[in-house]
Amino acid sequence: MAQVALEKVVKRYGSVETVHGIDLDVAHNEFVVLVGPSGCGKSTTLRMIAGLEEITGGTIRIGDRVVNALPPRSRNISMVFQSYALYPHMTVRENLGFGLKIAKQPEAEIVKRVNEAAEILGLHAYMDRLPQHLSGGQRQRVAMGRAIVRNPDVFLFDEPLSNLDAKLRGQMRVEIKKLHQRVQTTVIYVTHDQVEAMTLADRIVIMRDGHIEQVGTPSDVFDRPANVFVAGFIGSPPMNQLDGEVASEAGRPVARLADGIAVPLPPDLAGKATAGQPVILGFRPDSLAPRGHALHNEADSLALTRPVIIAEPLGTETIVFTDFAGREVQGRMLNPRPVRAGETMEFTLDLTRLHVFDKASGRSLRG
Amino acid sequence: MTAVAESAAAAPQNRLTIERPWQRWLIRLGVFVAMVVLCLPGLWVVLTAFRPNIEVLAKPTIWIPQNPTLDNFLKIFGLLPAQQEGLPVAQYFVNSLVISITSTVVAILIGMMGGYAFARYRFRGKAALFIGFMLSRSIPGVALSLPLFIVWSRIGLIDTPLGLIIVYLAINVPFTIWLTDGFFRQIPVDLNEAAQIDGCTRWQAFWKVEFPLARSGLASAAIFAFLTSWNEYALASQLSRTVASKTMPVGLMDFTAQFTVDWTGMSAMAVLIIIPALVLTFIVQKHLIAGLTFGGVKG
Repeated sequence: MAQVALEKVVKRYGSVETVHGIDLDVAHNEFVVLVGPSGCGKSTTLRMIAGLEEITGGTIRIGDRVVNALPPRSRNISMVFQSYALYPHMTVRENLGFGLKIAKQPEAEIVKRVNEAAEILGLHAYMDRLPQHLSGGQRQRVAMGRAIVRNPDVFLFDEPLSNLDAKLRGQMRVEIKKLHQRVQTTVIYVTHDQVEAMTLADRIVIMRDGHIEQVGTPSDVFDRPANVFVAGFIGSPPMNQLDGEVASEAGRPVARLADGIAVPLPPDLAGKATAGQPVILGFRPDSLAPRGHALHNEADSLALTRPVIIAEPLGTETIVFTDFAGREVQGRMLNPRPVRAGETMEFTLDLTRLHVFDKASGRSLRG
Repeated sequence: MTAVAESAAAAPQNRLTIERPWQRWLIRLGVFVAMVVLCLPGLWVVLTAFRPNIEVLAKPTIWIPQNPTLDNFLKIFGLLPAQQEGLPVAQYFVNSLVISITSTVVAILIGMMGGYAFARYRFRGKAALFIGFMLSRSIPGVALSLPLFIVWSRIGLIDTPLGLIIVYLAINVPFTIWLTDGFFRQIPVDLNEAAQIDGCTRWQAFWKVEFPLARSGLASAAIFAFLTSWNEYALASQLSRTVASKTMPVGLMDFTAQFTVDWTGMSAMAVLIIIPALVLTFIVQKHLIAGLTFGGVKG
């Protein structure tokens, strides 16, 4: 059993604090992704779990052991680096077996486990090559092989796909997911790419400025973002956000936007929004579509007639830019037809999937 | 990936092929002139070592030796039948070897650790210390000869191999630190960290991963340190007096008398000085393969 627990973990460099007392529990065999913009402390957190950075305060547990003062070699973890960090003077076979050799495993055992890892990752064809004679994807696989060969309690991944081109990144993402299904182990994975986070994670941890903003399953953070930051960070294209003020019309709470349009708020927010409260109204591009091209039920929606600013055809869908309450917003058009810039279209806005955030605190009114 | 590597490898060739033929010849001529200027004195020393004294002093100049001979070498070892004694060349050679090898090995050990510390660790006063080391290189060695002579004579290091070894260490360590610092910097820290995660202690990570990768850098540092000690004349001539510590370059002065210089003997000994340096350079050259660290990290 290898659960990982962080309690009030702090990292300080001199007088600069970069991680401010975070708490996180990762269950056995769980795939947790730390995601956030650069400088949010996600890599530092991972390196503290690995033992490559000392922690300034708090406790880190792997399994039942407190590992605060243990060096990396005593934590039974393995790590895949962004740069792969393959040993350039060793062949693929030697790279894979290095950790076992250091652990003084018998030669037969090393051969067996290296071959198993090579089998899983399809490395057999280039076992005797040096890393410099491998492509980026192959190097990535060797790095993963080196990580699984030691049967670690926890796998750590530090932005492992950032150096690959978009196509290869997609392929390797699938391979990592398959690998986790095959080699059931606890995984902590750091990325700045929210698509990677959404596709790989059992749970996502969204970090900003050394704090955890939200922890939840991909659907939690997508459908119920805790605050404006999470709402803007998760989802592509990002959530549209408009300034407004809570008002009451015919006994139902509405958000009155800059140009006077009143958008009825979902009924579950009835007791939570107070009249006069400045809010940010958020809706995903999926919730705004030209009539007849929507994902949502158009019966419970707000109709808006707007000119198209620009359209981005993507094949199966087109991202349509229009303006709403003085701001440029994006909508998603399914089963698209050709759209001209300047063309006036009737859009429908799904009222059941609105997000409302308190403007001052940025927190979701759903709590 | 392969295509990218191929096009990268092909790029310099393409650049050569678009040169005009006359440009290429001009470059060759320039290289030839430079090589003549560099090699001619050395060649002249070698030629002089293999000819009789009468040819050296002849006018007009005899360029190519007419009567090549090994007598000059036999003479300096005292092996010519007509000659009663030679010079203690063998002892000079041993002195030079002991002093150069010891100072090189110790300088590489200390310098490598220093270079690694500068490349990998953060500590107070690091920049100032590094600049201090480099500034020590800016002092001309000869300027130190008088103070060194006084101090060495007080503490009994004059005319001892140890005295010269310490001096050469002081010259070579800062240079080795500077050179190996650069090499260790080129090796990504990730490799050390990966090795630690793979179960190594910091020391093992250094020996098993970073040291093999820095080997080419250490080889060049060793060559520089060895040649500095092997060829150094100014300080050695001040700090050595007798056969006990005289090195080969200092021994060269044995060929000058009050009114004469034995040019052929001196040249023969100069050839003996050149040979080990040349052999060492050829041996170590194989290890000076750059770019070994390429490929381990990033795509």
